[in-house]
Amino acid sequence: MANPPYKWISQRVRVREDRRFLTGQGRYVGDIRLAGMLEVAVLASPYAHALIKSIDVEDAIKQPGVVLAITGADLARDTDPIPQFLDLPRVRWYSLATDRVRFAGEGVAAVVATSRAAAEDALDFIKVEYEPLPALADPEAAMAPGAPVLHPDHGSNIAWQGAWTWGDVDGDFRRADRVVKTRLRWSRHSGVPLETFGTVAAWNSRLELLDVWASHQAPALSAQISTVLRFPSNRIRIHADLDVGGSYGAKRGQKQIALTTYLAMRTRRPLRYLEDRLENMAAGDGHGPDRVFDAELALSRTGECLSLRLHTVDDVGAYVGRGPLQIAKCITAIVGPYRIGSVRYSGLAVMTNKTNQNPYRGFGQSPHNFVLERLMDMAATELGLDRVEIRRRNLIPPEAFPYLIPSGSRYDSGDYPAVLDKALALAAYPNLLRFQAEARSQGRCIGIGIAACIEPSGANTAFFALMNPKHKTSLVPEGARVGVDSRGKITVAIGFASTGQSHETMVSQVIAEVMDIAPEEVAVIRADSLAGIPSVPPTGSRMSLMLSGAVLGAAQKILAKMKRIAAHNLGVDPETVEYAGGVFRRKDGSGAGLAFAEVALIAHTRKHQMPPDMEGGLSELYVMEVPGGGHLPDVAGRMQSYPAYTFSVHIPVVEVNPRTGEVRFLDYFAAHDCGTPIHPDIVEGMVYGGIAQGIGAALFEKFVYAEDGQFLSSTFMDYLLPSANEIPPIKMVEHVTPGPHHPFGAKGTAEGGYLTAPAAVASAVEDALSPLGVRVTELPMTPALLLALIGNGRRR
Amino acid sequence: MGKERLVTIRVNGQPVEAQVEPRRSLLDFLREDAGLTGTHTGCEHGICGTCTVLVDGEAVRSCLMLAVQANGRDVFTVEGLARGEKLHPLQESFWKHHALQCGYCTPGMLIAAYDLLKRNPSPTEAQVRDALAGNICRCTGYVQIVEGVLEAAANLREKAETPHGEPSV
Repeated sequence: MANPPYKWISQRVRVREDRRFLTGQGRYVGDIRLAGMLEVAVLASPYAHALIKSIDVEDAIKQPGVVLAITGADLARDTDPIPQFLDLPRVRWYSLATDRVRFAGEGVAAVVATSRAAAEDALDFIKVEYEPLPALADPEAAMAPGAPVLHPDHGSNIAWQGAWTWGDVDGDFRRADRVVKTRLRWSRHSGVPLETFGTVAAWNSRLELLDVWASHQAPALSAQISTVLRFPSNRIRIHADLDVGGSYGAKRGQKQIALTTYLAMRTRRPLRYLEDRLENMAAGDGHGPDRVFDAELALSRTGECLSLRLHTVDDVGAYVGRGPLQIAKCITAIVGPYRIGSVRYSGLAVMTNKTNQNPYRGFGQSPHNFVLERLMDMAATELGLDRVEIRRRNLIPPEAFPYLIPSGSRYDSGDYPAVLDKALALAAYPNLLRFQAEARSQGRCIGIGIAACIEPSGANTAFFALMNPKHKTSLVPEGARVGVDSRGKITVAIGFASTGQSHETMVSQVIAEVMDIAPEEVAVIRADSLAGIPSVPPTGSRMSLMLSGAVLGAAQKILAKMKRIAAHNLGVDPETVEYAGGVFRRKDGSGAGLAFAEVALIAHTRKHQMPPDMEGGLSELYVMEVPGGGHLPDVAGRMQSYPAYTFSVHIPVVEVNPRTGEVRFLDYFAAHDCGTPIHPDIVEGMVYGGIAQGIGAALFEKFVYAEDGQFLSSTFMDYLLPSANEIPPIKMVEHVTPGPHHPFGAKGTAEGGYLTAPAAVASAVEDALSPLGVRVTELPMTPALLLALIGNGRRR
Repeated sequence: MGKERLVTIRVNGQPVEAQVEPRRSLLDFLREDAGLTGTHTGCEHGICGTCTVLVDGEAVRSCLMLAVQANGRDVFTVEGLARGEKLHPLQESFWKHHALQCGYCTPGMLIAAYDLLKRNPSPTEAQVRDALAGNICRCTGYVQIVEGVLEAAANLREKAETPHGEPSV
C-alpha cells in the first residue's frame, strides 16, 4: 500500500478495545450482576408441528425458588405480536407459542426462578398436551398443494413472492450463443457466535424506566420493545456499554428480548434469560439463508455475459423476522463485478417448521455470489475458456466508474483487473498450474479455485421496500457526539454496543487525525438509547463509512466553532484562522496563537470572550446519512442502494482425498480493495475471519433437519466449526482505490471474506475433482457429499 | 437438586470458599461464586474451549468439571495472567497482533496458548495450530492468533525468564 497522506489513518495503532478482552475484563451480558437477579428458563416443544391442546403450569409455580410461570396465553393477552419485516398481518409471532408449535424447540412456557437450575427443575412440572401435525422441513414441499399450513389464518406457507426484470432479458437470451443453466443449493448455516443470545432486564423504579442489556446487533430495538410491551420507547433504556460476544449479523434476538422484558415488567424484578447452546442452535432464530436457486446465464461465444435469469426459493422458517429481506439485498449488486446487461430476478420466501431465519454476514450476498461464480465456472467449461480469462473479459473496467448496473445501483469506484492481477501474482498462478499438472500426473486431486466478489458497503436498506411497500426506509443514520471539556479533553459518544469490530479505536483515530492529537488521548464512550444519538448498529459493512463520517462531521463542527472563538480573541476574521498542532493561529503565521485548551476554557467559562451570538460549551452531534441515499426504489424496482463497493478475488488451493472426501488446503490467496483501510490490522482480521466463516460454509457447517422437522445439529459435535487446523494460513494482498464517498477514501470490508470464500472453495474443489467428472452445486461439500459426487462422476 | 457442599478452591492463588450444589460446574463456580467473569460460557459440552482454565496446572474445560471435583485444587484463569498493570507476554503479543475481535474466546485461547508454551517453549506454526485446535474462534480466522502465540514464544525465550502466571504452589 502506498504511504498514506495521514498521520493516524491507516496506521496500526494499538486497538484500544483489546486490552479489556485480554485481561478478562470484557463485559458481556452474562457478566451483568444485579442484586436479587432472577433467571428464566423456557420449556421447548418436542414436536416440530403440533397443536397445543392444553398446558398447565400450576405445579411448576409451587416448586422451590419459582417466582412466576407463564405461557403463550399470557403474552397474547398482555402484549402485541413481535414486529415482522414483511407485511403479514395474519402471521402472529409471540415469544412463546400460543395455540400451536411450529418448530422443534419452540418455547411454550417460561419459568422465572431464583436460579437457572431452579427454573429448569420447575420446567419438568409443566404439563403440555400436544396433537402432533405433519411437519415441513423442505421449502419446495411446503409450497406443494395440500401441504400442511403453518399459519392457517395466512392461508399458505408462502410469506412473500416477487419478480423484477431489468433490461431486455428475453431478447438477450434469444441473441445468446450459449446458455448455461443450473440448480444450486445453499444450505442453512450461520455465524454461530460463541456467546449465545442473552438479555438482562430490570424495572428501575427510581427512574421509572425499563433497563435493558442485550447481546444484540438489532436496529430499532427500542421501537420493537415499545410495540410489544405497549410501553413508551423513552422509558426503555437500552445500554450500549456492553460487549457482544460475536454476532455476524445473527444476533437479533427479537423474541428473546420481548420475553425477558415482558417478564421484568410483570415481576418488577431484575432478571435474565441467557440461552444455553441447545436453545441457541435449535430455537435462537439465528439461522442464515436456506436457498434453492435456479440460475441461467446467457453468453456470447467469446464468453461475454449478456443476461442473467435467477429464481430463488428461500426457506425462512416458522415466523418472519428480518431474515427474508436477505432475498432483496443482492439487488444492490445483482451482477456482481461483471458487465451483465440485463437481469430477471424472482423469488419466494417460504415458511417451514424450522427456527426463524435471520441475517448472516452480508445479508444474502454470499449465496448470491456463490451463484454468480458457479455460473462463471460453468460457462468457462462450456465454452472451453480459462476460468480466469472469462472473468477478466467480463469485469467492469476501471474507466467505467461510476458504473450503473441494471437494477439501479451505481458502483462508486474500483480497479477490478488490477486486483485480479495482484491475486494472480500473489498466488504465482502459472507456477500453481504447473504444480497442479505435475501432481495430477501422479494421481493427486489438486484444485485451484477462483472467485471474484463485490461487497456492497454502507448499508442503504431502501431495498426493504421492494419486499414490503410499508417498509419505507430511505434513511439509515449514524450519529456521533463529540464533546470538548473545559480542560480541552475530547470525548466521543457513540450509540451502539461492541460486536468486535474495534470501533472505539477507529473513532480515536479519526479524532486524532482531525484534532492533531494522539489517539490514546481521546475518550470514547457508548451512550445508551435515551442519550439522543441516532444509531443503527454495525450492519452492512457500514461503520467505516458511516461512523467515521459521523465522528468527522461532529469534529469539524467543533473545530469550526473553536476557530470562531479563536478568531474573536485574536481580533481577526475566522476565515483567516487555521488549526494545527494544538494551536489556533493565523494562516499567514503572524501574531500569537491560542491553544486548543485555552479556547475550550473560553467556550465553557468565559462568555465575555465569546462571539456574542454563540451558544456556550463545546458539544456537537453529527448525523451521517448514506451517500446517495434518501430515495425509495422506483416502480421498476430500481434504486441507488449501498453507496460504496469493495472488491475481492480469492484463489484457494486444495487437495481432495478421493477415497475419504476430505478437503485439505495447500494455500489460500486473497486480494482485496476496500479503499483506504482505516486500521490495517482490523481490516485484515475481518477479512481473515470472513474467509474462515466462508470455509466453514463451504465445507462443514449445516443446520440439518430430519424429514419430520426434528433438528439434528444442535451441538458442536454435529454442527462443525472450523478450528485452527482446518483454516489454512491465509496470504493477503491489498489494493487501494480510494472511495469517493469518504474523506479518507474508506469503504466497508467486514463481509467480503465470507462473501467470496464459499464460491472460491467450491471452485477449487470442483477443479480438484474435475478429472472425475464432478460438478459442485451444493454446499457444504462434506466428505459424504463429495464421495457421492465422485461415485456419480465415475458412473457417468 | 442435591444437598449443598462446602468447597474451597484456590483461584489464581486466592482461596475461594462457597456452598454449592453438587451439580454446579467449575465454570459457574468461577463466574458466580468467585465473581471472576473472565472465563466464558461457550458450548457447555466441551467442544469450543471458551471456558478453558488450568486445574493443578492442566488445561481443562471448566464446563465439564464440577466444582466439587475441583475442591482443594488450584485453578488458574485469565485474571491471573497479568501482574497488576503489567501484561503477560502472551497478552502483549496478542494485543500487538490484534489476535482477537469480539474477545469472547480470548480468555480460553490465552490459557490454551499458555498451556502450550509451558510444555513446548519453541512450537512450530503447525504445533501452535494443533494446540489451539480445541479452541474455536469465530471472528479472526486464527491468523493473528497464531502470529501472537509464535511471537510470545520468541519473546519468552529471548528473555529467558519465568513468565509470570500461575502462582507457585
